[in-house]
Amino acid sequence: MPEVLAIDFGDEKASPPAILLDDVVLERGGKAVIDRLSLPLGPKGVTAFMGPNGAGKSLTLRLIAGLIAPTAGRIRFAEGVPLPQQIALVFQKPVLLRRSVRANLDHALKTFGTPRRERPARLADLLALGQLEPLAERPARVLSGGEQQRVAMVRALAANPKYLLLDEPTASLDPQATAAIETLVARAVAAGVRVILVTHDRGQAGRLADDICFLHKGRLLEAAPAARFFQAPKTAEAKAYLAGDLLL
Amino acid sequence: MQDFGAAFAEAFALIAGLDAELMAIIGLSLRVTFSAVLIACAIGLPLGALLAVGRFPGRAALVVLVSALMGLPPVVVGLAVYLLLSSAGPLGVLQLLYTPTAMIIAQAILVTPIVAALTRQVIEDLHGEYDELLRSLGTSRLGTVATLLWDARYSLLTAALAGLGRALAEVGAVMIVGGNINHVTRVMTTAIALETSKGELALALGLGIILVCLSILINAGLMGLRRTAERMAYA
Repeated sequence: MPEVLAIDFGDEKASPPAILLDDVVLERGGKAVIDRLSLPLGPKGVTAFMGPNGAGKSLTLRLIAGLIAPTAGRIRFAEGVPLPQQIALVFQKPVLLRRSVRANLDHALKTFGTPRRERPARLADLLALGQLEPLAERPARVLSGGEQQRVAMVRALAANPKYLLLDEPTASLDPQATAAIETLVARAVAAGVRVILVTHDRGQAGRLADDICFLHKGRLLEAAPAARFFQAPKTAEAKAYLAGDLLL
Repeated sequence: MQDFGAAFAEAFALIAGLDAELMAIIGLSLRVTFSAVLIACAIGLPLGALLAVGRFPGRAALVVLVSALMGLPPVVVGLAVYLLLSSAGPLGVLQLLYTPTAMIIAQAILVTPIVAALTRQVIEDLHGEYDELLRSLGTSRLGTVATLLWDARYSLLTAALAGLGRALAEVGAVMIVGGNINHVTRVMTTAIALETSKGELALALGLGIILVCLSILINAGLMGLRRTAERMAYA
């Protein structure tokens, strides 16, 4: 069993965490798929979870989003339990309603309780943000993968969330579509949204992330600033992962 | 064989001539059937959606029960509604026995489990797809049901169609609670049964042809609507 290294995000993360994963355990079929995960996440920037398939990255994201409950341990937010509209989740495969792009966004605004009179202006802003105006009346599910993910991203940002959780948002997208999504992420970060990203794409993690959390078999093996993680990973598993070796 | 051919010819003459009695029977049949299916959808769609989305004690038993009720014998439903609406029954005071309303009630009881069971299946599949999204958006249980019903609307036409088929072809229950009274409660199926027993094959055949044609037309129309929607990629 590899050693878990001390969490070292550097001095800039000395501020009180916005999210604290406290000895979180998630069991499936009697086996710990997330194993005693403790991690403070600061109030700003982008943290990327990396690791091989089955490491528990997406499960960690779902635990933070509150979609699944931990078997043991706690996930605490600085401001208490966030409202659903404060914590947005974007899935690898966008889940869009069987409606037009506009109706998808309108559904989210209605769900978040946006007053009816404010919705048209907000919809226009969101469509502009995602450069979706020409697609507004198209059924969302006939759009290309990149366009669908843009709709999902803009929908996630509809209520100005405090936290944006992204589960491999560009996994199957071409470079152009990936760039569009990364631009939206960068704009969200600039607006103060705390982003937690799951990605297999080392380049993307390098472009977007401030910190990297490296998971393997449900355990957090490294947590470090991105530059340091890529330059000098400390565990053999992280080194092998970054070298492109198969981690069994 | 000659009688059979003559009966067919007479049946087509009745249809072509828009025979008043024939039209009255068709009109009542459609009124009773569509009213029953409308009521069944009003109850069965939300019930099926709640069974698909809800997690409560006894849900599994209720799912089995609703599925089992799809095979309700019409004569048993007819008998039960008869007992309820007869003068000595608990709802006898309403004086509904041998009226189209009694027939609508009986058919609605027969069709509701079909609509509910098929709705549950459709909504359960869609819920599997939407569940995490709707929960991440903080959608309420009622909002979830409404979203699923709306997004599955074209698939749910199949449930309504199945109910329509059952109601349109039903004879046992409506015979018992309607009484097959001429110009009052006589519908296509009961008229076919009566005319056949009397040896009046022309009217029976005419009604039979119309019944089959109506069934094909309604099904074709609704399936066409569904296909159009699918082409628009809403499905």
